[in-house]
Amino acid sequence: MEMPAPDDAVLQRRAEIIEALRQIVPGEGVIVSEAERRAYESDGLTAYHTLPMVVVLPSSVGEVAAVLRYCQQNGVKVVPRGAGTSLSGGALPLADGVLLGMAKFNHILDIDCPNRCVVAQPGVTNLAITQAAEKAGFYYAPDPSSQIACTIGGNVAENSGGVHCLKYGVTTNNILGIEMVLMDGEVVRLGGKHLDAPGYDLLGVMTGSEGLLGGVTVVTVRILPKPATARALLIGIATTGDAGNCVAAVIAAGIIPGGMEMMDRPAIHAAEAFVNVGYPLDAEALLIVELDGPPAEVEHLTGRVEAIARDHHASVIRRSRDEAERLAFWSGRKAAFPAVGRISPDYYCMDGTIPRRRLSEVLTRISALSERHGLAVANVFHAGDGNLHPLVLYDANRPGEIERAEAFGTDILKLCVEVGGVLTGEHGVGVEKRDLMGTMFDETDLAHQQRLKCAFDPDGLLNPGKVFPQLHRCAELGRLHVHAGRLPFPDLPRF
Amino acid sequence: MRTDFTTEQLADPDTAASEKVLRNCTHCGFCTATCPTYVLLGDELDSPRGRIYLIKDMLAAGGQVTADTVKHIDRCLSCLSCMTTCPSGVHYMHLVDHARRWIEGHYRRPSGERALRRFLGAVLSRPLLFRLALRGAAIARPFSHFLPRRLAPLFALAPSSIPPASPSDRRPQVFAAEGKRRMRAALLPGCAQKVVAPEINEATIRLLTRHGCEVVVARGSACCGSLAHHLGQEAAALGFARANIDAWERERRSAGLDAIVVNASGCGTTVKDYGFMLREDPAYAEKAARVAALAKDVTEVVEALALSPSKLPATVAGRRVAYHSACSMQHGQRVHTGAKALLAAAGFEPVDVPEGHLCCGSAGSYNLLQPEIASALRDRKLANIAATGAEFVATGNIGCITQLAPGCGVPVVHTVELLDWASGGPVPKRLVGSAGAPAGDRRNQ
Repeated sequence: MEMPAPDDAVLQRRAEIIEALRQIVPGEGVIVSEAERRAYESDGLTAYHTLPMVVVLPSSVGEVAAVLRYCQQNGVKVVPRGAGTSLSGGALPLADGVLLGMAKFNHILDIDCPNRCVVAQPGVTNLAITQAAEKAGFYYAPDPSSQIACTIGGNVAENSGGVHCLKYGVTTNNILGIEMVLMDGEVVRLGGKHLDAPGYDLLGVMTGSEGLLGGVTVVTVRILPKPATARALLIGIATTGDAGNCVAAVIAAGIIPGGMEMMDRPAIHAAEAFVNVGYPLDAEALLIVELDGPPAEVEHLTGRVEAIARDHHASVIRRSRDEAERLAFWSGRKAAFPAVGRISPDYYCMDGTIPRRRLSEVLTRISALSERHGLAVANVFHAGDGNLHPLVLYDANRPGEIERAEAFGTDILKLCVEVGGVLTGEHGVGVEKRDLMGTMFDETDLAHQQRLKCAFDPDGLLNPGKVFPQLHRCAELGRLHVHAGRLPFPDLPRF
Repeated sequence: MRTDFTTEQLADPDTAASEKVLRNCTHCGFCTATCPTYVLLGDELDSPRGRIYLIKDMLAAGGQVTADTVKHIDRCLSCLSCMTTCPSGVHYMHLVDHARRWIEGHYRRPSGERALRRFLGAVLSRPLLFRLALRGAAIARPFSHFLPRRLAPLFALAPSSIPPASPSDRRPQVFAAEGKRRMRAALLPGCAQKVVAPEINEATIRLLTRHGCEVVVARGSACCGSLAHHLGQEAAALGFARANIDAWERERRSAGLDAIVVNASGCGTTVKDYGFMLREDPAYAEKAARVAALAKDVTEVVEALALSPSKLPATVAGRRVAYHSACSMQHGQRVHTGAKALLAAAGFEPVDVPEGHLCCGSAGSYNLLQPEIASALRDRKLANIAATGAEFVATGNIGCITQLAPGCGVPVVHTVELLDWASGGPVPKRLVGSAGAPAGDRRNQ
């Protein structure tokens, strides 16, 4: 994976740039020493790391705007960063860029129950929004596994999902408005507390834009009333094939669980070692199926899901008896990625999506790939919506293992696309899947996507090197191809 | 996480142990969310993940440590909230303890700071010196404006009156069990606690003996060493640990010991870690591990003994008590439910404090060394306590009591004082005359 070559002219001006940033952000908000910058060299995807030129931690929208304006005027690249939990390297710094950390924006601004929304600064964690709203009986539905730490601003940038997005949608379906700062320092508000805004859906454009279009400074999210009842079922199944078919059968029966997750044996063992909630250690696959709604509906659906599970040779079926046990069932799943740290020094977390009915076939092929690459794999995924998270286990201290892990990961993602799926479910493209974009999109598709970026950031200074496999100057994308002195479509008027 | 240590570096047992800890970290960032300093400051460098990175680079680079690195490691409270949150099982405590020792050997602090740290290490752990110092503080208080600013928190936290030493603390002795003896336990006598709050050891002894536990204060046992340990003063810390181990081993061999009772959870965390701290000392490794395995928080012992039926006056029963679980209790020792269950059994209504995972800022001598962060955390904790509407606060760590009591609108007492009261002991000193205690209840006063 290659990043754009650092611009020597910018690096030579480093001292001057730092001085200017210090004028904007006082005190410890500008981080310069190498020892301190080192701690910012990677996000949740540790396979890649780059020492940023300088780290800036603003604490007001005015400071963010001034930093971006300065960087635009001086041709300095900027990489926005929330809590640094991205698994696709979205916040990977640039050696000639400013790393713009938004963690000081960690206040909830408004809990507005009559309008069913919460207004939060971008550095507020996903879980903190639910915690703020739960006293009033509400919650924020998208719940990425890193929800304890990941920020809502990062969720907007990555269009994050979570175990409950099967029923309630991903981030884009759950936010109402944002305030953002453009690269030239202009502060823009999109949407608000209402459901829809006139004009183009720029909020939709911004959601999932991976820090390429602007810096989010306020997020208004929709909150939902907590379901009257929620019950989780733990279902242990002897083969992953049966488990995959069981998932497909539940959906085919017209049941949309609040969440439907699957873990394979290595993941079950790692998670159980952390949470000790009694996951079935002898099963090859564990399904966690959550049903929520009015008590009668939950009771009825529980019975139906259990029956389907028995048809698919479930060896263990446990119902959560109370709220504490339901949360305990989930706790192992939520912590499953890092819990794998107990069985392997490093892991590479993949994120691809496939059609549900191909689940068992894909799992079989992943284990064949695991043998071919000589690296173990633990599977944790949002089975209900076909979003796979195979964790490739490796040891970064052993020479060559990172490269093997990357190659294995690439094969997994190519497999996802081959069976009719997509490159990413919720972690974003970042740098991780950047070079695979060509397997999904052709040059024309990619050029159109880049033109959209040009409208927001004509100089290509925001998070360059992410998402697009090849950097184009905006002028280059807009230029006309003049062949042998003939303009294409000469009859069209030109302005 | 990838590490780059040379074979020579890994030959050092401490570095080898830290390397293992580092390799467990997957850099997921979950720990940042529950770290009090990150929540306050919003800088990765003041989060566990940032510190892990700083420590990794510091140990791998060798040589002199930079002031930038020291600043962020010094800001760590060692509250260990990160260890509760960490799904990968990173033993941050051993890592940061190592880092603190390393800094003492590879960094020269400015002279004022060095003197203050030496003073704290030497004085707080020695009750006689500490008592003298508090008297000195009382005399000097009117002149404190003329003293260096760094010393201000010392005066702010020094109690205005110092109670006389308790008879229970004056010499090694044995307190017989009431009725049939069911257990024999050594009580860690402690250091600063018995100077500022001698009633805690008294209540502990009454409570345990009343429930059939013989309590011995072994000759030679004293401070657990944690204050020195957290200042990176390893020789002093291990000296305290060895003295305690010798004292308790003598006691165990002569008359037997079922447990070592610790009534300050900060100390308990350290005593429970003696086995690790002395693992490389062939003369002590085995004994230290045995002692560590016997160490119990006092609530763990009372739970095992089963609390006798409550004798609380009817006017007090059902009073709401905010249970502040000290970081050393919930994160360091992972003792979660005992105290609350016992308080409920004693007839109180224990309630959790919101944001209970966040430190109150006491953290050993932290509030003296990092007063700004410590007071911000204290204010946040006090606001959360006030939100519970409780009539008093119970906690199992003297550090939290001295940190919270001065600004708290309601009395802050040790859990054992309430349990002692409920099972027939006197009204806790700090409750006398407060809203929490009935005016007529003046037993044993």
